[in-house]
Amino acid sequence: MKRLIGLLRKETFHILRDRRTLAVLLLLPVVQVVLFGYAIRTDVNDVRIAIVDPSPDDMTLQLRSRLVGANLFRTVAVLRTTNELEHLFQSGEAQAAIVFEPSFAEHLASGTGAQLLIITDATEPNTGATIESYARNVVQQFEREVRARDGALQIVPQGRLLFNPTAESKNLFVPGLMAFVLTIISTLMTAITIAREKETGTMETLLVSPLRPWEIIIGKVAPYLLVGFAAAIGVVVEARLIFGVPLRGSALLLLAETLLFILVSLAIGVLISSRTSSQRVAMTGALLGTMLPTLILSGFIFPVESMPAPLQLVSNVVPAKWFVVIARGIMLKGTGLHYLWQETLILASMATVLLILSTRSFSERLE
Amino acid sequence: MSEPAIVARDLTRRFGSFTAVDAISFDVQPGEVFGFLGANGAGKTTAIRILTGLLAPSSGSARVAGFDVATQSEKIKRAIGYMSQKFSLYEDLTVRENATLYGGIYGLTNDEIRARTEAMLQRLRLTDAANTRVRAIPLGWRQKLAFSVALLHRPRVVFLDEPTGGVDPIVRRQFWELIYETAQSGTTVLVTTHYMDEAEYCDRISIMVEGRIEALGTPSELKDRFSERTMDDLFVRLARPPHNRGTEAPRNRGTAHA
Repeated sequence: MKRLIGLLRKETFHILRDRRTLAVLLLLPVVQVVLFGYAIRTDVNDVRIAIVDPSPDDMTLQLRSRLVGANLFRTVAVLRTTNELEHLFQSGEAQAAIVFEPSFAEHLASGTGAQLLIITDATEPNTGATIESYARNVVQQFEREVRARDGALQIVPQGRLLFNPTAESKNLFVPGLMAFVLTIISTLMTAITIAREKETGTMETLLVSPLRPWEIIIGKVAPYLLVGFAAAIGVVVEARLIFGVPLRGSALLLLAETLLFILVSLAIGVLISSRTSSQRVAMTGALLGTMLPTLILSGFIFPVESMPAPLQLVSNVVPAKWFVVIARGIMLKGTGLHYLWQETLILASMATVLLILSTRSFSERLE
Repeated sequence: MSEPAIVARDLTRRFGSFTAVDAISFDVQPGEVFGFLGANGAGKTTAIRILTGLLAPSSGSARVAGFDVATQSEKIKRAIGYMSQKFSLYEDLTVRENATLYGGIYGLTNDEIRARTEAMLQRLRLTDAANTRVRAIPLGWRQKLAFSVALLHRPRVVFLDEPTGGVDPIVRRQFWELIYETAQSGTTVLVTTHYMDEAEYCDRISIMVEGRIEALGTPSELKDRFSERTMDDLFVRLARPPHNRGTEAPRNRGTAHA
């Protein structure tokens, strides 16, 4: 026990005396989340729309003001005919157009149905689709209100966006970003610090000493678990304060799961560093080994369900995939351990297996 | 007659089809300074890894400080000290912190650590530098410090793997004075080196070639036996792999690198 405490103390000195690295470790996640959080967004704001209204009447005016009132659209042109639309789209002045048919109000009143065309610039297909669905939502809501007011009994098809009623992508992204950022710094931390000790030769001295491999591993992992945890708290607070991402579930559970996830990442770092004795290789390995799989296979940006089956299978070994499910569940749905125990168990098993593997790779007495 | 500090009998280590250490046998007596020579790749490092309990032997046996390397490696680790060619103190810790760390790892009590650290600092005349970070201490002093820290738990056998690499001749001389002091106090020293003048300082040396011990004895015995005037000549003659022998190689001066 005394040996272990000595080892932990030494590692703490390393961490505290390298102020610059510590600052980077603690601030990097927060900064990265801000950068990514604003960069990776599928939300569309301030859409420039053109309105084609051949015969303005009470109904079209109401709908038009509703569109602008949603704060998502800014009217750049109101036209009588569709002739000029081509030019507006070509020049990029308009990203979308709402085209009313002539005599819109009359058709609506007659019950034959009024036609409305939503045109979007789909050079960026996602943005186009998003704009279209925004506009559709506004129109449908308006339609519903008019029907309610006029007493017509019609069944209106209605879609509801659960948990993310405003369909804000940040709610979807921030938990994924947490996984992304934490996994990178955690893996890097252990990979580099162990590779550094191999480079300076102190690791050899530790291995020859009576220290057991598991003591060396704990001596490395425990202090960095704290650093990673501090960084994680920073990111969670940031998610709430800057991005306004809700935390509907238990904060304690979220922190505990985060700790578990950091442990898995630290163990990956240990494993990487056990295969190399150069800091540079360890760093490259840690970055490649965590960044790409987490970015692509965790479901953080691309839904796992829409991947080809072999990739879906591979995604199961990416720890971030499970953590993203957990973090989204706790933050957005307020889910408890009751529903998340499977994911938790998977992460816990990963941590166990990785720590055992790295301990074994440290005990050189292999036959 | 006490038991030898190191006993190796037909000690062998194979990696796949490659035999890194090929049935070596030797004894080292307590308090002896034993030089472990050989070209790079001759198997010295593998042999040391076996003797320090890091690697299990494939066959043969060895006892270090009375313990069997195959079955009692944990006990061996407590009984030996080790210092590698790479520097083995933490540069961002102070001298005292390094001593405390290693003392603790080897199970010394706080009082023992304190007393021995003071004694060590006085001996090295480094008392003023106790709270200086190792990084700020000149390389020569660091090397001596690393050696002294490796001795803090008073090991019965100490392994020095090229301890004087990269230091100037004056420091090397001082370092060897430390080695003699250590040996005189009864600690066995097994040292590897590429400096042939250092080989002359050893009580006995062994020269490893391709996993086997080609020569073993005191430096003067070996020179007589092979009728070579200097250790350099002897080393170059023996350490050259057999298939290269016969071609006249230029004779190196100073250090022998292979």
